[in-house]
Amino acid sequence: MATHNTAFPRELEDEAIYILREVAAQFEKPVLLFSGGKDSITLVRLAQKAFYPARIPFPLLHVDTGHNFEETIRFRDELVEELGLELIVRYVQDSIDQQKVVEETGKYASRNVLQTVTLLDAIEEFGFDACIGGARRDEEKARAKERIFSVRNDFGQWDAKKQRPELFDMLNGRISMGENVRVFPISNWTELDVWNYIREEQLAIPSIYYSHERETFERDGQILPYSNFMLVSDDEPVSTRMVRFRTVGDMTCTAAVESTAVAIEDIIAEILSATVSERGARIDDKRSEAAMEKRKQAGYF
Amino acid sequence: MDVLKIATAGSVDDGKSTLIGRLLFETNSITTDKLEAIMASSKKKGLDYIDLSLLTDGLIAEREQGITIDVAHIYFSTPMRKFIIADTPGHFEYTRNMVTGASNANVSMILVDARNGVVEQTFRHFYISCLLRIPNVVVCVNKMDLVDYDQKSFEETKAAFMAFAEKVRFPGQEISFIPVSSLYGENLVRQSELMPWYQEAPLLSLLEAIPLEQHLSEEPSRFPVQYVVRPKSEEFHDYRAYAGKVASGLLRKGERVVVLPSGQETTIARIEKFGREIEAAQAKESVSVLLQDDVDISRGDMIVPLSQLPRQSRQLEATICWMDKKPLRAGSTYLLQHGVNVAKAKVSTLSNLIDVVTLDNNTQVSELKLNEIADVQLKTAKEFFYDAFADNRANGSFILIDEQTNSTVGVGLIR
Repeated sequence: MATHNTAFPRELEDEAIYILREVAAQFEKPVLLFSGGKDSITLVRLAQKAFYPARIPFPLLHVDTGHNFEETIRFRDELVEELGLELIVRYVQDSIDQQKVVEETGKYASRNVLQTVTLLDAIEEFGFDACIGGARRDEEKARAKERIFSVRNDFGQWDAKKQRPELFDMLNGRISMGENVRVFPISNWTELDVWNYIREEQLAIPSIYYSHERETFERDGQILPYSNFMLVSDDEPVSTRMVRFRTVGDMTCTAAVESTAVAIEDIIAEILSATVSERGARIDDKRSEAAMEKRKQAGYF
Repeated sequence: MDVLKIATAGSVDDGKSTLIGRLLFETNSITTDKLEAIMASSKKKGLDYIDLSLLTDGLIAEREQGITIDVAHIYFSTPMRKFIIADTPGHFEYTRNMVTGASNANVSMILVDARNGVVEQTFRHFYISCLLRIPNVVVCVNKMDLVDYDQKSFEETKAAFMAFAEKVRFPGQEISFIPVSSLYGENLVRQSELMPWYQEAPLLSLLEAIPLEQHLSEEPSRFPVQYVVRPKSEEFHDYRAYAGKVASGLLRKGERVVVLPSGQETTIARIEKFGREIEAAQAKESVSVLLQDDVDISRGDMIVPLSQLPRQSRQLEATICWMDKKPLRAGSTYLLQHGVNVAKAKVSTLSNLIDVVTLDNNTQVSELKLNEIADVQLKTAKEFFYDAFADNRANGSFILIDEQTNSTVGVGLIR
């Protein structure tokens, strides 16, 4: 990564606020997909600013895999309470119980892929026509190709070859019945931009982003959080390490990094000297070279 | 810190991906895991070098065919500024994606292979840069290592490029040329010692020094109303603000303004950003505006200074780039979206189909096919308030939407 730090480019905030206002104006039932991670926390702040002093005119939706870090869930509930937001939670466990999806088995079992079904069901249940997400183009090469208003068909699928041209700042959110649009207001932000924004705006974030003691084990060269959700074999000894997380995903697919960062400044300094990208710690991306594009085709956000 | 948006175009062959890869590598913007991933892919493909195009060609179909189909966005920064590269396809079939990527650019970066000189794609890319009025064009004459860093080859390419450029460039457009070797990093981040005849700054320094569009704030101010903020809470009972992004110019507190289309005059009482009052808002800033008087305003209306009114009409003349497989024909009706304002529009006439390479002009046009560019006249269902694209990019452009498919089928630049 870059070896120098810089201030947050305010132009990116203006752009994101413009996009959020377009969503509120062009769609009837938008929703903000909220994971409790830094990107969706940033989105909530941007939405507050876009509509101030009015309330954020759409609810938050959290697709709960049941394998979350408990710190994230606690943080989510506090944020919702503090800002008076409307939160909808839908559970992957319900999709499993309804036999719509089958739980993966084995050492690499994760509910990451399963959550797509729960998400698509929630979209249908509430009739959401726009889902605002915190994905950024710098995260991953398939995401680098996606538009700001990304149209999904009635199966929630992304067709990379048939993307609408997006010209200047004009956003076309027209869709047919059953289709929906995934909206990415912070498309043009990098990981560093997000952290600089969090610092400048003094936003609270879940404690797992900071260094803490945790029971961990090593697998495939990565440090994974120990939990009941994963099969850990005997040759994978569990030990306590000082770690933090760069992204907040499922406990089953989010690797930790060894860290002593206790403040935002420390996190930024770490990112500046990191030689591994943010999603390098995401096991869900490592399934194949086109893992992200394939998941997007299936309706993943 | 400011942001410079760069549009590049070309195929794998001219070394564009290598050049971008180099810039990322030399500014420490690429991490080890991403590099390892493309090293593994290169090996899998049986290559004996690291194919940096795998960094940008993110789609399965692109990697299969070895071409760029759609725009990829690439980010890097230096202590000076943040850079966003829109890496666009150079093939004719994907012109619409090139236009998409280039529409927001401050700089158009055109690569030319020093061995081949300017080719058809060079002309197409430059023509589109002019059409979109991109103020800065940087021509990288690449693969100088393959012509022995010869000044003559560079000068010949430059002359051939300028012969074409002089016919289409617009006044004030800056065109610079730089001889580079992406493969060896010559003149990219550091000054090349192999080309002592070239004394100008290397590419990255040049990109760091390009001035951003100051003129945006000198243009007449245009404030399209995007959203009406009415909290209806106890604390903000009578609060009513008009939210939007300043399209151009400078919006000032206390200024006398007109609301269009109603024509009502009022004064800007207050400009806010998240509740905080500011004295003036610049182009591209997202703000909320409160007015002195109770005026009826809804989304799509425009607030402009009394002294600088835009043009107004139900007849628009524009240059259109067509982006749909189904051709545009005179008599067809579309939705016209100008900023955030939408109305039906009917194409009345089509003329001057341009060949962007030969610059031949065909006055007899029956239809406009995918990726073609021509002049049109449109009749709109309501009055639009606009400026000529040449004077005001933000208030002089629109898109056409097909009502059946909802797709964006064309972009218009108002004359």
